[in-house]
Amino acid sequence: MGRSLKKGPYIDFRLDNKVQALNVSGKKTVVKTWSRRSMISPDFVGHTFAVHNGNKFIPVYVTENMVGHKLGEFSPTRNFRGHTAKKDKGK
Amino acid sequence: MARIAGVDIPDNKRGEIALTYIYGIGRKSAQTILTKAGVNYDKKANAWSDDESTAIRTVIGAEYKVEGVLKSEVQMSIKRLLDIGCYRGLRHRKGLPVRGQRTKNNSRTRKGKRKTVANKKKATK
Repeated sequence: MGRSLKKGPYIDFRLDNKVQALNVSGKKTVVKTWSRRSMISPDFVGHTFAVHNGNKFIPVYVTENMVGHKLGEFSPTRNFRGHTAKKDKGK
Repeated sequence: MARIAGVDIPDNKRGEIALTYIYGIGRKSAQTILTKAGVNYDKKANAWSDDESTAIRTVIGAEYKVEGVLKSEVQMSIKRLLDIGCYRGLRHRKGLPVRGQRTKNNSRTRKGKRKTVANKKKATK
């Protein structure tokens, strides 16, 4: 984890507010977010986030183990399906 | 032949080097261990007295994670990455480099021996 410890975790302000609001009201709705750079704080545990990967939103259910990672780590941006199989040419 | 931290039997090398045969101990920690145990770095492993090897053993036992314990710890952290399905976990799963290195070429350590794709077209003039 790169970011220097003395700087503290970075969480997008608006995202944090949304989660706090959810925690206060005790609701569990999917939070749609583009903020892949936000660190997952302990408050996020148990919520589901729809994290944008540049194309669509990937649902991420946050568990205890994920705290300290960034949201973007759970929403892969590349989709490698393997190389095309070369046709078997006669002879 | 001294037997330290379970299976490892460092031979007649200088103590500083002999200790690095233990998984989890490199040059630096070997030196720290020897200083703490009060043994000269240059003393060969087979020249250690019983007292000295006991001292070394206690230092390692008390302050270092070595061999099986360390290996399982590493495995556990990798497993954690796999389980939470984060990017690093996915890279581990695919056996590709985890820390953002290029994969266009090189990274053979992670990818293993080259797997040549058959029927690759030859450049035609």
